[in-house]
Amino acid sequence: MTPRRGTPDGRLDVDALIGDRATRIIVCCGSGGVGKTTTAAALGLRAAEQGRQVVVLTIDPARRLAQSMGLERLDNSPRTVKGVDETAGGRLDAMMLDMKRTFDEVVEAHADPVKAQQILDNPFYQALSSSFAGTQEYMAMEKLGQLRARADADGTWDLIVVDTPPSRSALDFLDAPTRLGSFLDGRFIRLLSAPAKAGGRAYLKVFSAGVNLVTHTMTRLLGAQVLTDVQTFVAALDTMFGGFRERADATYRLLKASGTSFLVVAAPEPDALREASFFVDRLSQDAMPLSGLVLNRVHPAGTTPISGQRALAGAEQLADAKEHTLTAQLLRLHAEREQVAERENALAKRFTAAHPDIPVARVPTCAEDVHDLDGLREVGQGLAGRNVAG
Amino acid sequence: MPEAARDWDGVRLHVVTGKGGTGKTTVAAALALSLASGGRRVLLAEVEGRQGIAQLFDVPPLAYTERKIAGYGGGEVRGLAVEPKGALLEYLQMFYKLGRAGSMLEKVGAIDFATTIAPGVQDVLLTGKVYEAVRRREGGRPVYDAVVLDAPPTGRIARFLNVGTEVVGLARVGPIRSQADSIISLMRSPQTAVHLVTLLEEMPVQETLDAVEELTAARLPVGGIVVNQVRSAVLPAKRLVAAAKGRLDPGEVAAGLRAVGLPDGEDAVAGLLREAATRAARVALEKRERAAVEACDRPVYELPALASGVDLGSLYGLAELLHQQGMS
Repeated sequence: MTPRRGTPDGRLDVDALIGDRATRIIVCCGSGGVGKTTTAAALGLRAAEQGRQVVVLTIDPARRLAQSMGLERLDNSPRTVKGVDETAGGRLDAMMLDMKRTFDEVVEAHADPVKAQQILDNPFYQALSSSFAGTQEYMAMEKLGQLRARADADGTWDLIVVDTPPSRSALDFLDAPTRLGSFLDGRFIRLLSAPAKAGGRAYLKVFSAGVNLVTHTMTRLLGAQVLTDVQTFVAALDTMFGGFRERADATYRLLKASGTSFLVVAAPEPDALREASFFVDRLSQDAMPLSGLVLNRVHPAGTTPISGQRALAGAEQLADAKEHTLTAQLLRLHAEREQVAERENALAKRFTAAHPDIPVARVPTCAEDVHDLDGLREVGQGLAGRNVAG
Repeated sequence: MPEAARDWDGVRLHVVTGKGGTGKTTVAAALALSLASGGRRVLLAEVEGRQGIAQLFDVPPLAYTERKIAGYGGGEVRGLAVEPKGALLEYLQMFYKLGRAGSMLEKVGAIDFATTIAPGVQDVLLTGKVYEAVRRREGGRPVYDAVVLDAPPTGRIARFLNVGTEVVGLARVGPIRSQADSIISLMRSPQTAVHLVTLLEEMPVQETLDAVEELTAARLPVGGIVVNQVRSAVLPAKRLVAAAKGRLDPGEVAAGLRAVGLPDGEDAVAGLLREAATRAARVALEKRERAAVEACDRPVYELPALASGVDLGSLYGLAELLHQQGMS
């Protein structure tokens, strides 16, 4: 059931993945600083130029990457990317997530105007919607749900590529929506607003001894005014109760659906691969459709028929003889490069030993950052394993 | 031999941040080791639940208790993984002597609320523990000569340290608020330095420059910039230029290969020349980025790329390099 896209040699076949019309959502996840956003953008561009109608949802792109896709500002709605080769009949739209705006829209869509304004004006809501560590994750999923609904309704897109927020841990992205959803629907928030709410009464009986203690402590800790803000917020949010949990659940189901594909992105470093391992385990535990691992910034072994060890020995011999300094330097460079390639290869092998059925795409490192669509095309070729060696 | 002047005398809290993947945990660990030399006691704390310190020092996962993880030059480094729940319970115990209420709070989800949902509270708890460690005294002197914090990445650092701002709109009075105020005054004092780790690549350097700006705007003291994973050029400048332009002499290279009995065919020579051109491009990029780093007008330290990766042994080497450059 899990759509692994491996070639017989364990390589992730990215072109098969994006070429399959049944693939409707691709989620790029992984720890910070591994090139998730670039990977998402490059995949989106490649798919569009192969004829798919694509929208890429980026979370927090580096300025230049955003500019390369013509995203100059954060306006929370998809814009068509210019300069894409549309001869195959495809198209690329891209957007940056504005999490506060997205949250506001959810509120506006689910409450009458007066109540919505009360919520938007509430200090607790304002803090929650702009700074809670899980809000970004939750809103990314909310936006994904919206894009998918629009795609289903009018066929605007047949592929959505999602970048995930730069969480402290790659797993936050799966857990945060549920956490926020269950908080907003949960018993604690009801307890805070308890005395006024009939629904809380049975519950109160059980915990009556504790309730005063809890509210008393919270008041001492946070100050009475915070509790008042929270209570006002909850009261205003009353009509939306249940909605949050359901929405989080719906998004979770969408992620598990057969048209969804997860790509775990990592760099050939111990930390990033450890995080990738956790993520792979978690995805399989939750029966999420994982397609494979994208290993970015790989230093490929050279095409030179000289091993690192022989190069080093040769360099030392030449240095001792104090001749052929140019060759000695080139050999030293080569030896260093081979050593890096070997280390990275060992790390990749260790990952594959632990996860033998996860196909891997290795994307060679490039010295310069992506500035334009050509740069993204090059990354896309690397993803598909069609790069020229060098 | 006279001790080189140290750049951060008087600083007791070293905050180390950097873009993801730049090696900030490695740099924080090396800095902690090098600060410990000379018989001092240093605390190395992490706050993101990644257990990066334990991995690096090859010790069992750290808990919410301080534990010796390394000795160096007569001093010692202790490790601590701060997590919000532990910090909150400790805080409640310390200030409110909460026994039963603590578990009651846990049961109804109040602890979860405070540690994961309530905006800004988590950061107050995490930085609060660090604050406590910096200020802790025993027998009339500080328990730690220095505290090194392996902090969240540059994208979040100003917000993380500037704990006042988020709580400000929310809690205008109350203990959480006054706790936030005490923390922020330590963070802004000359006892704190926020060091930034970067690579000589565009994105990390850009993030570093952005962070310097943000920290300055938040009145948080920017420390040094640690340029990590610097590769040696291997080739002298003149040859790098020639390599970039494809003007190195293939015949000369082949002759050298022949002299030591290595394959000297066209593919071998072309491969080596291509690698030289790649390195030349990389060095040119690093030069541009280094100029941008230096324009920040902060002390700059450099650590080499380690082709075989970072292990405990090389960590001591990096600590020594930071010391030689006056960072500790």
